[in-house]
Amino acid sequence: MAIAKVMGIETEYGISGLAVTDFNPVLASSLLINSYAGTLRRIRWDYEQESPLRDARGFEPVQERQPVEEDLGLANVILPNGARYYVDHAHPEYSTPECLTPRGLVAHDKAGERILERSLESVERILPPGQRLAIYKNNTDGKGNSYGCHENYLVDRATPFPRIVRDLTPFFVTRQIFTGAGKVGAEGSREGGRGDFFEAEVGLETTLKRPIINTRDEPHADPDKYRRLHVIVGDANLCEVATFLKVGTTALVLKLIEDDLLPDLSLEHPVQALHEISWDPSCRQTVRLRDGRRVRPLELQWEYLDHAKKYVKESEPTPEHAEVLQWWESVLSGIEEDPFSMHRELDWAAKYRLLQAYLERDGLDWSSAKLAAIDLQYHDVRRSRGLYHRLAESGRVERIVTEAEIEQAIEDPPEDTRAYFRGRCIGRYPGSIAAASWDSVIFDTGADSLQRVPTREPLRGTREHVEALLDVSETAADLISGLQGGS
Amino acid sequence: MTQEQKRSQRKGGGDGDDGGDAGQTSATQKGEKLKEEMDEILDEIDSVLEENAEEFVKSYVQKGGE
Repeated sequence: MAIAKVMGIETEYGISGLAVTDFNPVLASSLLINSYAGTLRRIRWDYEQESPLRDARGFEPVQERQPVEEDLGLANVILPNGARYYVDHAHPEYSTPECLTPRGLVAHDKAGERILERSLESVERILPPGQRLAIYKNNTDGKGNSYGCHENYLVDRATPFPRIVRDLTPFFVTRQIFTGAGKVGAEGSREGGRGDFFEAEVGLETTLKRPIINTRDEPHADPDKYRRLHVIVGDANLCEVATFLKVGTTALVLKLIEDDLLPDLSLEHPVQALHEISWDPSCRQTVRLRDGRRVRPLELQWEYLDHAKKYVKESEPTPEHAEVLQWWESVLSGIEEDPFSMHRELDWAAKYRLLQAYLERDGLDWSSAKLAAIDLQYHDVRRSRGLYHRLAESGRVERIVTEAEIEQAIEDPPEDTRAYFRGRCIGRYPGSIAAASWDSVIFDTGADSLQRVPTREPLRGTREHVEALLDVSETAADLISGLQGGS
Repeated sequence: MTQEQKRSQRKGGGDGDDGGDAGQTSATQKGEKLKEEMDEILDEIDSVLEENAEEFVKSYVQKGGE
C-alpha cells in the first residue's frame, strides 16, 4: 500500500552583484539571508543526523560531510513557516517546509520566491549607493555552470530501489516536456533547461557526472520505514502549473511504483534520450525503448497517466489527485495539439514565445546577447522586473494558488506535516530554541541540559496533533513538560 | 471556471466567438489580435529590460552548485 507523499522543493537561486567590485557570491548570499532573518539567525542548524553521502544502493559512506557553512558562520536559518534558508555552495538556497499536497507545495515554493524578493529589498538598504544584487530563479548561467532545484519525496523503505530506478527513469526523461524551464542557445531554444548537465543513469553525485536518479539516502526520518527520494533532474519553475505538475505527477508515479503497478517502460539509452528530448521543443522526436519500440515522449506520458487514472479511481479518489490528473491530461492534450501554445502553463513555452517575438521584431538570431538577456531576466525574482512576473501580473499565465495563499505560506507552516511543529516553535519560542533541523527541534529552556525533541515521523507534529498543547504552553519549558507528560 | 473552460477560452483568444462558421475572416482577425497582444507584451517588456544586454549577460557568471 503506497504511503502519503510528504514533499519539498529546494532551490539554489542564481546571484550576481551589479557594480560591485570583488563580488563574493558566498558572502553576498549570507548577507542577503541574514538581512531577512534578523534575530532568527542565532538558532543553529542541527547537523547531527545528516549523512548526504549514504547511498540508497547500500554502499557505505566514503567520508563524513564537513559542514563548512557552519564553520564559516554563513547564514543558515529556520523560518517560522518551517523552511530552511541558507547558503549552499555559492548560492542562497531556499528549502520549503514539508508539504502533503502539490497545491500546498506550490504555495510554499512561491513563498520562497517572495522571501528572496523581500531579502533583496532589505539588503539593498545596506549596500553602498549604486551597488545592487540580482537574484534569479534559474538553473544555469549559460556558461557551463549549473545549480539545482531538487525535489524530495517520502518513499516507503520496503520498495526495492531497483524498481524505483526502472520505473521512474522513463518518467523523468519525458516529464521535461512540461517541467522544462527552457534555455536559449546558439542553435535555437530548447525546452529542458539543463539536460546536458546529466551524464549518468544512477549515482550519488550532484555536482559532476549528475545522474537522472540520485541515490542520496538521507531520509531525515525513521530510516527503517522511509526513504527520502532526492530528485535532482528537474528545473526551477516559475509557472505554477509546471511546479504543480512536476510534484503532483511525480508523487503519483511514486505511489504506482510502491504498489508495483507499472509495466517495464525502460529506455534503451536514458541519458541520450534525456538530451534529445531536451533539444526538441516540437516534442515529436521518438526515443527507443529497451523492448525495441520507438515512442514520442508524449506517448510515454500518456501511458503513465493511464496507470495513474486507474490507480486514483480504484485506490485513492481524492480531490487532490483529481486536480493533478485533470491538469496532467489538459497539458498533455495541449502539447499534443501544439506544444508552443502552452505558454500560459509552461515556462519553456512562455519564454520561447517571448524570444521568438523579439527574434522576429528586432531581426535577431539565436546567438544574440539580447535574447540571452531576455532568457535571464525571465527568471528575475523581482515582480517589477522579472519577465515571468510581468506576464503573471497582466494575467498571461495560469495560476494555481492565490496571492493570499502565498502570503500565508510566507508566514505560516503547512498544517499537515511535522513542519507545523517546527515552524510554530520557531515562531512562538524563538529565544528558547538552540537549534533545529528537519527531524529535530532543540530547546534551551535554561535547564541544565538542552532538550532535543526528535521529529522522525513526517506526519506527526501536525496542527491536529500539537496545536492545543502549543496554545496552553506559555513557555518552551511548559511545552517540554507537556510533551513529556503526554508521552 | 473549470480547466476545460479555461483551455477553450485560451484557444479562442478569450473572446469566445470562434464558432465553426466564421471561417477565414475569423482566422485573420485572430491572427491580428494575437499580433496586437504580442506587440503590447513586447512594449511592456521593453520598458523593464536591462540596458546593455551584452554587458548584463557577460557579467552573469555563477559557481556551480547542488
